[in-house]
Amino acid sequence: MNQIDMSLIDWSRAQFALTAIVHWLFVPLTLGLGLIVCIMESIYVKTGAEKWLRTTKFWMKLFGINFAIGVATGIILEFEFGTNWSNYSWFVGDIFGAPLAIEGIVAFFLEATFIAVMFFGWDKVSKKFHLASTWLTVGGATLSALWILIANAWMQYPAGMSFNPDTVRSEMTDFWAVALSPVATNKFFHTVISSWTLGAAFVLGVSAWFLLKKRERTFSLDSIKIACIVGFVGVVCSWVTGDGSAHQVAQKQPMKLAAMEGLYEGGTGVDLLAMGVLTPGKQYGDSKDPFIFKIPVPIPNFLSYLANRQFDSYVPGINNLVNGGYDTPQGKALSIEEKIERGKLAIGALADYSRAKKANNEPAKVEAKKILDENFAHFGYGYLKSPADAIPNVPLVFYSFHIMVILGGFFLILFPVVWFYSKKDKISKMKWLQWICILSVPLAYVTSQAGWVVAEVGRQPWAIQDILPVNAAISNINAASVQLTFFVFLILFAVLITAELKIMFKQIKIGPENKDVKNEEKLS
Amino acid sequence: MDYSFYQHYWWLLVSVLGALLVFLLFVQGGQSLIYQLGKKEQDLQLLLGSIGKKWELTFTTLVTFGGAFFASFPLFYSTSFGGAYWVWMLILFSFVIQAVSYEYMHKKGNLLGSRTYKAFLFTNGLLAPILLGAAVSTLFYGAEFIVRKDNITDFGMPVISSWTNPLHGLEAVGNIMNVVLGLAIFFLSRCLGSLYFINNIDNKEIHQGARKQLLYNAIPFLVCFLLYVIVLLFKSGYTEDPVTKVISEEPYKYLHNLLAMPWLLAILLIGVVLVLFGFVKTYLQPKYIRGIWPAGIGVVLTVLVVLLIAGYNHTAYYPSLSDMQSSLTITNSCSSLFTLKAMSIVSIFIVPVLGYIAYVWRVMDKK
Repeated sequence: MNQIDMSLIDWSRAQFALTAIVHWLFVPLTLGLGLIVCIMESIYVKTGAEKWLRTTKFWMKLFGINFAIGVATGIILEFEFGTNWSNYSWFVGDIFGAPLAIEGIVAFFLEATFIAVMFFGWDKVSKKFHLASTWLTVGGATLSALWILIANAWMQYPAGMSFNPDTVRSEMTDFWAVALSPVATNKFFHTVISSWTLGAAFVLGVSAWFLLKKRERTFSLDSIKIACIVGFVGVVCSWVTGDGSAHQVAQKQPMKLAAMEGLYEGGTGVDLLAMGVLTPGKQYGDSKDPFIFKIPVPIPNFLSYLANRQFDSYVPGINNLVNGGYDTPQGKALSIEEKIERGKLAIGALADYSRAKKANNEPAKVEAKKILDENFAHFGYGYLKSPADAIPNVPLVFYSFHIMVILGGFFLILFPVVWFYSKKDKISKMKWLQWICILSVPLAYVTSQAGWVVAEVGRQPWAIQDILPVNAAISNINAASVQLTFFVFLILFAVLITAELKIMFKQIKIGPENKDVKNEEKLS
Repeated sequence: MDYSFYQHYWWLLVSVLGALLVFLLFVQGGQSLIYQLGKKEQDLQLLLGSIGKKWELTFTTLVTFGGAFFASFPLFYSTSFGGAYWVWMLILFSFVIQAVSYEYMHKKGNLLGSRTYKAFLFTNGLLAPILLGAAVSTLFYGAEFIVRKDNITDFGMPVISSWTNPLHGLEAVGNIMNVVLGLAIFFLSRCLGSLYFINNIDNKEIHQGARKQLLYNAIPFLVCFLLYVIVLLFKSGYTEDPVTKVISEEPYKYLHNLLAMPWLLAILLIGVVLVLFGFVKTYLQPKYIRGIWPAGIGVVLTVLVVLLIAGYNHTAYYPSLSDMQSSLTITNSCSSLFTLKAMSIVSIFIVPVLGYIAYVWRVMDKK
């Protein structure tokens, strides 16, 4: 019997993760910086002040440098769904493909057209037309994000579908259930709004660098003020939507929540951890204490509240999820072992259905379909070899989650503090704060990437939650081919990122165009 | 409107996108001409500046073409992309280096130097049309794959589509006709690139050079294209029985398709005439600069017909050379009726979006 090469799965995952990580270095800056550029240009159009034109053009230049590589890495992801995850493409293409196509049809075209107006249209179209194009470019980028995030959310919470044994795939039955699922709406707002925070941190950091170098004071202070407002709104909304996301995770992906909290033994009235250090080598079912030390948040039972909106509610841990037996609104929870059995029953029933269909045996077909429907909720578990396969990498998810939350707290404080000190230009003399602002740029990227690590590593082993694990979503190619393309991508990305950073730093060093400096000085 | 209507509608949309993509390959054609037409630095900058404003449209159309194929015919996406791994990866690499080159080429501190980025653009101009042409040709000449949906119930190897050739797509060059179409698209893209430069750049030397290039590339294009079409019309193809769904070989399948759908034959003839008109008038009349429009419309119409005869009239648009019954048709590889319907509603937005894009470019090009 042929067997899937496990290293193929690992290399395919590595390649996809590499591309996604690199892609996500550029997308949040496009979304966040884009919004800030829109606001700046709007102020320019409203006031007519040349200093805002100069400010807009500078940030727009950096936006453009970042934009191209984001587009380039996006197409790689689209292709990789087919090249590396061909089974996935068929099994859920009926649902996943639709948002991807809509993204292309509407959003990409808007982006592609209006970005050209943004960069080449200053002297060719009216001020208002140009402003509209800037908003439409950023709107198009946000719409792109909307559709791909809907697709991603559907992988975490497969709503609005049913399995068709005749076509051997999941098929969409309710478009709005897919597009407006609570996971999708939360994910969209959380991802896009947190990107505003990243864009704001970027503007803050670059502006602080100008202040540190005693250059472009007016430009920097103006930019900082806008960045602080956008960043603060972004970070507050990110906390709200983050809470919503965590609640959805608790309901739909309890294993992910348990990994996020390093929670092995659940219970009622569970505390949320502020931080902790996990015991190395801890496995589910062993007697080791999961933590070397841990610090809970000062609100007691907060994890229970976060998960179920009740402080005394039950939150299952990894061991509970593996062993089952606890009470849920649907009855006693099944163990992973039982789910694997049911998954195998579902897969076996699908094989029986297919045989009955070929033999034209209608009663056998009906019987097989009945078994399949009864057990389909656990279909994907049938491909797992042991309960351990259902547990994601706990340390990676745990630390990523807490780093994201801690840094989220840092930004919640940073933006109002910087705004306060920039209001009367005290920040120009506060080197320490300027340095913090500069350091906040890489920290914003760490926060953003950590969020995606939680979302994507936390849902392992699932490509589609409970329905299709990664080992059944793969393409039938040899691992060596993927290894080779992985390293080609690695080299390509390393070169492109280095070039991008060099260009970006150079452009920042050059600063805003100087032909308008005199005007600016007059105005300021 | 039944399931069959939506299947045909989506094959039409995918074909339109494919046809637009081939037309927009004038960007790649232009890139492959930069060293020949841009011997002086000033000319080179003019050429790159001109196509540099349009590359995103080609890129976006490719992304949309891929997305639309994924959404409407997911079995093709999973079979071809997952199987012909190396062909798609090469196409991908060539487009990725293009995207960054335009942005980085003239920027200070771009690490690799502007020469390297120009070389990247040339590489994309060379590879993308040939590879895309060869990939499209497999819609007629087939590929080595097997589709077994029952495999999903095999715990050890649940993959539905498998490629049976270890070269994973590179074997396509073993079929001379795939190479011929690849070359035809390459030379066509250079003709379109020349026409685009003539229309978009007001420079006598570039016009003269581009007219020469038009002639040099139009001849091999016509040879390759005519050879391909003639052989195609006389070759057999796979056809699906609409009732039993059994696939069998049919001699002169593509000729039959044209005869069964004479409106396609008419469009094909109009397309070819428009292409020739654009080429010939531009070459013979030095003052005529708008040849890109008739030729472009002609290309879109011609490619549209070529793609439609690949999928319409119960034709297997992706013949399997390993197992005839695994061949893909628009009925056995498409999305569900619900999804096709939902996406069809969205597709209505294409017209106003395209209209607005055209308006914006008119405004941009006026000044």
